[in-house]
Amino acid sequence: MADLKTNFAGIESPNPFWLASGPPTNTYGQVAKAFDAGWGGAVWKTIGEPIINVFSRYGSVDLGQNRMMGFNNIELISDRPIADNLKEIAEVKRNYPRQTIIASLMVESNREAWHDIVKRTEDTGADGIELNFGCPHGMSERGMGSAVGQVPDYTCQIVEWVKEVATVPVIVKLTPNVSDITYIARAAVKGGADALSLINTINSIVGVDLATFEPQPSVAGKSSHGGYCGPAVKPIALHLVSAVAGDPAVKIPISGIGGIATWRDAAEFIALGAGTLQVCTAVMHYGFRIVEDLIDGLSNWMDERGHRTLAEIRGRALPRVTKWEELDLNYHLLAHIDQDKCIKCELCWTACEDGAHQAIRRLPRDNGGPVVEIIEEACVGCNLCAAVCPVQECITMRQVPNDYAPVTWKEYAAGEGKLAPRSAQFHTATWSPSSK
Amino acid sequence: MPLSETQLAANFADIAPPLTVDAALLEANKCLFCHDAPCTHACPTHIDVPAFIKKIATGNLRGSARVILDANPFGHSCARACPVEVLCEGACVLNDRDEAPIKIALLQRHATDYVLERKIQLFAAGPNSGKRVAVIGAGPAGLACARDLRRRGHAVTVFEAKPQPGGLNTYGIAEYKLKADVALAEVQDILDLGVELKTGSTITAIEPLLAQYDAVFVGIGLGSTKRLGIPGEELRGVVDALTFIEHLKTHPYRETPVGRNVVVIGAGNTAIDAVTQAKRLGAASATIVYRRGEKDMSCYRYEYELAKRDGCGFRFYTIPERVMGNGVVDGLTVRTSSGSETMPCDMVIVAIGQGERALTIPKDPRVFVGGDCANGGAEIVNAAAEGVAAAKQIDDMVRTHG
Repeated sequence: MADLKTNFAGIESPNPFWLASGPPTNTYGQVAKAFDAGWGGAVWKTIGEPIINVFSRYGSVDLGQNRMMGFNNIELISDRPIADNLKEIAEVKRNYPRQTIIASLMVESNREAWHDIVKRTEDTGADGIELNFGCPHGMSERGMGSAVGQVPDYTCQIVEWVKEVATVPVIVKLTPNVSDITYIARAAVKGGADALSLINTINSIVGVDLATFEPQPSVAGKSSHGGYCGPAVKPIALHLVSAVAGDPAVKIPISGIGGIATWRDAAEFIALGAGTLQVCTAVMHYGFRIVEDLIDGLSNWMDERGHRTLAEIRGRALPRVTKWEELDLNYHLLAHIDQDKCIKCELCWTACEDGAHQAIRRLPRDNGGPVVEIIEEACVGCNLCAAVCPVQECITMRQVPNDYAPVTWKEYAAGEGKLAPRSAQFHTATWSPSSK
Repeated sequence: MPLSETQLAANFADIAPPLTVDAALLEANKCLFCHDAPCTHACPTHIDVPAFIKKIATGNLRGSARVILDANPFGHSCARACPVEVLCEGACVLNDRDEAPIKIALLQRHATDYVLERKIQLFAAGPNSGKRVAVIGAGPAGLACARDLRRRGHAVTVFEAKPQPGGLNTYGIAEYKLKADVALAEVQDILDLGVELKTGSTITAIEPLLAQYDAVFVGIGLGSTKRLGIPGEELRGVVDALTFIEHLKTHPYRETPVGRNVVVIGAGNTAIDAVTQAKRLGAASATIVYRRGEKDMSCYRYEYELAKRDGCGFRFYTIPERVMGNGVVDGLTVRTSSGSETMPCDMVIVAIGQGERALTIPKDPRVFVGGDCANGGAEIVNAAAEGVAAAKQIDDMVRTHG
């Protein structure tokens, strides 16, 4: 069986699956239960001067009947006394020495306040500290959270203060609500951060109640933008993880966060450079028990692929993330329809005709044969038909070999290389009522 | 022993109960939204099925019902009584993905129930055209025609021989599929567009109407059940299927006489309706007698399955020769390959098809025909489609030539 043990910036974990800082890591009871279920670590709900929360806190976005495709919250950091949190962290660490426990911290932006909280936290025996520079709602209005994480100088400054006294690894949690996350990541590195975690939640309003015009989640008729998370944000998180992991000026471990719900999600984050994985929304939806399949699925996949350790797959997809101008213009694809699998819904035709390149032809339904076929000379290999097709492996994209050497835009624009010939029929399709 | 009221109510409860809101959303979201959808092709009224299902998914039930009822004025009763297994649901592409088809009928009911229960009037009469049309027969064909004529602004008078409108929707659909009050509520929606209805009015000749109206639509359905033509047919206890079903649908369940041992002669869909309802009324045995084989039955396969589930018996290659009894039925003598035998029974229901009506339909370009009397006997949806098509033709005619 694959070895899932992890060493993340010097922090040892039995597996890479950590609970992200949030509602599931609010108490001793929750974290202990999670560790019993198999979680490798937990980042405690952010500790700071206790706050007062509103009652209505979470908003959800469904996709069809799939609940919580996206999720947001306007909950603040822990509303429990700092001393209580620290006491319970110490207790968890004492009772679960093998599992990783990280304290997430957020205090006002002065040196003494940070020195004080870091020292008190280290007394608990916590394995590391995560600096919450990402919370986008409420705390940011008070000059904390993303108000810090959106300004490189503030980020660097506070990391420096923390590192002045910290003896355990310091992880800086980044906000995605910035124009270029690598600026912030570099500032954290400059300040002395040992690792990064990303992404925190994304500014959002999840919806409006059309009966009352109240934005959601509503608090006595009003709302405030909240932090968006859940499966919907995974692609954004993957991009930002790859951007930071691929930045040669960063080069410190990354804990991946953002919509991770399955082992597949986890494997993708690892392939793009994540060392550990943090999960919150999926646990809020289905509970701690999901860790069983996270571990089992990842492990089985690694065994099947012959990967023995996480180090063997970490960052494996990173070299394949490039600039657009580095992509090969002579790589040509053609959609292929397996007519034996086609159920004749014609979704591919509609999508291609209205939404793409008019490269599918309809055939009469009443002849009993195929009802759609690819117009090869018009197909630009865009993948849309394969994306909308409701049958697995019915539409596949096949490479059309040619005798031309690969050529990138960068080369081509510089007068180098040759473009393989392209169909003259691209963009020539016209609609007439008879083609309906 | 007679069945209790509770048992009878359970026996005649909706065979396909409505979807809950959650189930409807789940089902609606499964629809692929096919282009040029086979379900729409399969429907004689060509309801835009993907469009109405998508509207259910977005919570636009009013819009959904409008899509349905715009194409089919009897979209509500069709949702309950249509043979969808051989129409829209049978054509669903999910069948080709080895999955159950979308529950189109139940979704259609979900949307149409919404407007019917709230008495939401989706359509309005068109501006008065000054033209007048007579419709003979207030069944699905006649009323579908009437509704679309009213939407186009023509004055419509419907003549109906029965005391209530709705035709077989009111009097002839199996009780567990469609109840008369629902059928009448659906009809009322159409009448509310300003259709003049004359019930208890039997038309014996069409020509006089042509003098008073710009066009005439004939939707009179078929005549009474054909006779067996065997001795003993006049005995008490021999009843035709339509009369039996009509009695059941217009009286409290307990008041419809049913035998202890019932034989139903015939194997069409009406025969199935009769045999299952006899069983559900409390008959100890209810048996279909059919002169040909299982594969020759004209009933739909799922109707056959339903009757078997109800515990009804089937005797194939069994030819009725004589109804036995002294004033009252006490048996049916039949001939089979192994000779003659008498099946003991105290009720014989005849369901061997309906005859034609005696009304002569003149060949006149202003006379239009639709429904069972034109197609020889089909489904509500066929009658509705023909009524709708005739309304368009009548509209074209009176506007062009009138």
